[in-house]
Amino acid sequence: MTSTTIFEGGADADAYRVLDANGVLLEGASAPLSSEQLLEAFRWMLLSRTLDERAVSLQRQGRIGTYSAVYGQEASVVGSALALDPSRDWIFPQYRELPALLRHGMPLSTLILYYVGNPLGARPPDGVRLAPIQISLAAQLPHAVGLALGLKMQGDDGVVMTFCGDGASSEGDFHEALNLAGVVKAPVIFVLQNNGYAISTPRSKQSAAPSFAARAAGYGLPGVVVDGNDLLAVYEVARDAVQRARAGEGATLIESQTYRLYPHNTADDQSRYVSPEELEVRRGEDPIPRVRNHLEGLGVLDAAGEAAMQRSIDEEISTAIADAEAHAPANVTQVFEHVYANPWSRVTRQRDEFVRDAEGL
Amino acid sequence: MPVLTMVEAIRQALEQEMERDERVMILGEDVGRLGGVFRATDGLQRRFGEARVLDTPLAEAVIAGASVGLAMSGMVPVPEMQFLGFTHQAFHQIADQIARYRFRSQGRFSMQITIRAPFGGGVRTPEMHSDALEAQFIQSPGLKVVMPASAYDAKGLLLEAIRDPDPVLFCEPLRGYRLVKDEVPEGDYTVPFGKAKIVREGSDVTLVAWSAAVQLCLRTAERAAEEGISCRVLDLRTLVPLDVEALAQCAEDTGRVVVVHEAPYTGGFGAEVIATIQEEAFYSLEAPVARVAAPDTPYPIAGVEEWYIPNEERVLKALRRTVGTTGA
Repeated sequence: MTSTTIFEGGADADAYRVLDANGVLLEGASAPLSSEQLLEAFRWMLLSRTLDERAVSLQRQGRIGTYSAVYGQEASVVGSALALDPSRDWIFPQYRELPALLRHGMPLSTLILYYVGNPLGARPPDGVRLAPIQISLAAQLPHAVGLALGLKMQGDDGVVMTFCGDGASSEGDFHEALNLAGVVKAPVIFVLQNNGYAISTPRSKQSAAPSFAARAAGYGLPGVVVDGNDLLAVYEVARDAVQRARAGEGATLIESQTYRLYPHNTADDQSRYVSPEELEVRRGEDPIPRVRNHLEGLGVLDAAGEAAMQRSIDEEISTAIADAEAHAPANVTQVFEHVYANPWSRVTRQRDEFVRDAEGL
Repeated sequence: MPVLTMVEAIRQALEQEMERDERVMILGEDVGRLGGVFRATDGLQRRFGEARVLDTPLAEAVIAGASVGLAMSGMVPVPEMQFLGFTHQAFHQIADQIARYRFRSQGRFSMQITIRAPFGGGVRTPEMHSDALEAQFIQSPGLKVVMPASAYDAKGLLLEAIRDPDPVLFCEPLRGYRLVKDEVPEGDYTVPFGKAKIVREGSDVTLVAWSAAVQLCLRTAERAAEEGISCRVLDLRTLVPLDVEALAQCAEDTGRVVVVHEAPYTGGFGAEVIATIQEEAFYSLEAPVARVAAPDTPYPIAGVEEWYIPNEERVLKALRRTVGTTGA
């Protein structure tokens, strides 16, 4: 029996693109971002990549817990988030969108504190329009629709962006959330990052639909397929979806077709389900060189400029890690804090006992 | 003072609170145009509009899940689960998301949400409608579980629930919706959580119950009195928070306790009641604490439910055995 090797992930031929594989504007395309915005985006992408490398190293040293890298999906995450106005729009993340959280106002040291294992790291600062990182896949989508509906009811012009993956889209919450969003015309943007795999389960086993975006029609929503490794294309479709939502025209499903170049998380072994050949092909589609080439083509970035950018990123991350590690260690009261606004007598009694026991040690 | 049925008291509480606080909204299946399958929200959509009394798609998880976002936006959602038996379709949103969102966000986001859900047997509903699932929600820290037994408590506890910054599962005994009638003040009042109520005085034994089982215990106590058994009836009103002191006091006062609930026997909240009593008042007990519950079998269809749910005979039998036991 012969079979054709099918490489999972990557973008379909007809996915929306602005840049070619080398970062050159396609014929007839125009850049939706200024050079200044592009440099900002590139810095977020580079910061994300650097953070992934540092975080994996910290995890190997036992200094942080399990970590899920963004590696390979930087254009998809940063391009989407750039379409939002942090002063009025909200993000409901899953757990693979770290640069979006940072760009929206989450301090880097707080985020690292979360991975260090201190619950305080899970709290977005007051005023930052950000939900906690979501672990239960797709559970954040109904929340995003609810918040979007609440904003609309109160005449607030904010919109809500929520992220999920190809795997999460098989959950019932995905269906229920998109269905309600369609019915109530909620100002919400669903960014489905199709990165080829849900841990080891390939896209081809996740759904028989021709595309994830095609499902949008079933909810009365527009669905868009975009090359998720094309920063400019992702930004453009996200911007259009944000404009639609803000104009009262309702929700959009964006399928951002990208690829996870790194294992699912620090506990995963990608070699058990990804062939070296596939990985090699996908590495050739890395979104970072594509933006770098584009910026160099525009003449706004050179090797020296990027080296300076990299130095400032390294410094920023080192400072944030130092801040997180210098934070007061977690303590036993954190087991009990913020469970109830008004804790009841038994919980209070348990807290007192646990604190006494911990102090006695 | 006007006498209202329980469903009238609930409807009045919802209407008055929506009038008082414009952030309060209702969402769920058939809550708007129809006024709910039990009419608990009757007329509220006409009065407050389609946005604040929202007929949703038939999808329990998103009714609960959207309530999270609505609460974050500053609204005070009061979602209705058409039947408590359907909350399994939303269990992950209630137990993992709503209950622990405050904890997961370290206090940044309050889940001021009251999930209303009718439950309980005796009205020949189809399968999966009647199940008493309350104990399944007890192990969801962050969530409060409220189970009124009277019209007065239904209104007062519901107003307390809606105003509580913590999320509340508010279980309504559907058989009592029209059967239970008592005096309900027209004005605003709340019943605090965690305060059980002695609804009948007695000296030989305490019957501990909540929701519809309280009415069963009151009826049985009348019959027990004819046999010379004096029963106190303690209505827990809320399971979380639990009134530990009242349980201990009743065990000390009467020395004998029978706990009655509609949920299956093993792992029902009765087990928690008994464990609490033996921790707090072991040396006051004159007899083992007895349980009257449904058997450890699924809630059946209508033709056999009369054998399934606790009845006066089974409670009487437990009372006789408990009172007939003498301490060592």
